[in-house]
Amino acid sequence: MYNILSKLILLIVLSCSFHVVAAPVEIFQFDSPEKEKIFHKLSEELRCLVCQNQSVAESNADLAKDLRLEIYTMLQKGKTEDEIVSFMVDRYGDYVLYRPPFEPMTWLLWFGPVVIFFFGMIFVVRYMKAQNLSKQVESLSKEDIERIKNLHAGQDK
Amino acid sequence: MENNQPSMMKRFMPLIVFVALTVLLGIGLTLNPREVPSPLIGKPAPEFDLPLLLSEGRFTNKDLIGQVTLVNVWASWCFACRQEHETVKYLSRNGVRIIGLNYKDEPDDAKNWLATLGNPYQAVAVDYSGRISIDWGVYGAPETFLIDKQGIIRHKVIGPLSDKEKYDELMSVMNSLEK
Repeated sequence: MYNILSKLILLIVLSCSFHVVAAPVEIFQFDSPEKEKIFHKLSEELRCLVCQNQSVAESNADLAKDLRLEIYTMLQKGKTEDEIVSFMVDRYGDYVLYRPPFEPMTWLLWFGPVVIFFFGMIFVVRYMKAQNLSKQVESLSKEDIERIKNLHAGQDK
Repeated sequence: MENNQPSMMKRFMPLIVFVALTVLLGIGLTLNPREVPSPLIGKPAPEFDLPLLLSEGRFTNKDLIGQVTLVNVWASWCFACRQEHETVKYLSRNGVRIIGLNYKDEPDDAKNWLATLGNPYQAVAVDYSGRISIDWGVYGAPETFLIDKQGIIRHKVIGPLSDKEKYDELMSVMNSLEK
C-alpha cells in the first residue's frame, strides 16, 4: 500500500514538473499585479488554434506567441478582460474559449451531462425495482411452504 | 407470453444504445477540428493598410471593393501553400482576382518564391508581424477568403485550395455571387 502511494505521489510530482518545463518563457512587464493576473488567467483560458489541445499560455506556436503579445498590449492600453475576450471571439469564434459561453446554442453542451445522468438514474431505479419484483415472485408464499411441509410429511409416512 | 414484448425490448436495448453511440461518435470523428468556422463570414473585410511586396505603395481593405476577390494568405515557409500554388495560378489564369497576403514571411524569401514558382497575384500585401492576420482570424497558412463586390467576406477556405471538395465548395459560393 505504502509502495503504491509513494509511486503515485512520484507520478504526480513528475507530471507537474513536466508541465513547468514545457511552458514557454517570455518576460512581460506589467504596470500592476492585477493586469498580470488577468494576463495569466486569459492566456490559460484561450485556446491556441494551431495546437488545439493547448492553451495560449502553454503553446510554443508562433500564433500563440503573437496572441500573448496582443493580450499584453491590450492590457497595457487599459482594455478590460471582457474586451479582450470579445476581441478574440470576434476573430476566431467561440472556439477560442475553453469555457464555452452560456447561450441557447450551447445548452445541450451544458445540460447534456445532467440530462444523461437523470435518465441513467431513472434506468437504475427501474432496474432495481424490477429486480426486487422478480425476487418476490421467486420467494414462496406461506401457503406454498405449508404445502411443501405437508408433502414431505406425507412422504415420510 | 405477456412478458415477451418488454423482454424483447430489453434484449435489444444494448444494441440500440450501441448503434446510437457509434453513429454519434462516427460523426464526431469525421469532423475536422482543424477547420474552425470563421465568425467573420457575412461581415465586411477587416480594415488594414499594408505595404506591397513587389512595388511601392500600399494596399488597403478599400481596394477590395468593386470586384469579387480572393484573398490568399500564404508564406514561403508554408509547405501546403506550395501544394495549392498550381490551383491558385489556374484560378488567376481564368480571370479570378487574387490578392496575396504574405503572412509572417521574409520579403526576400517571398519574392524568390514567386519568381521561382510564378506569381498569380494581382497584388501582394505584406503582413510581416502577422498583426493584420489576427484581425482576419488567420491561424495558419494557407487560408483563402472570398470577398464579394461590396467587400463582404462570403466564404473561407482553411488549408490548400487544391483539395477538390474545398475547391468545389468555394466555386459554388463564388458562382452564386454578383459579378
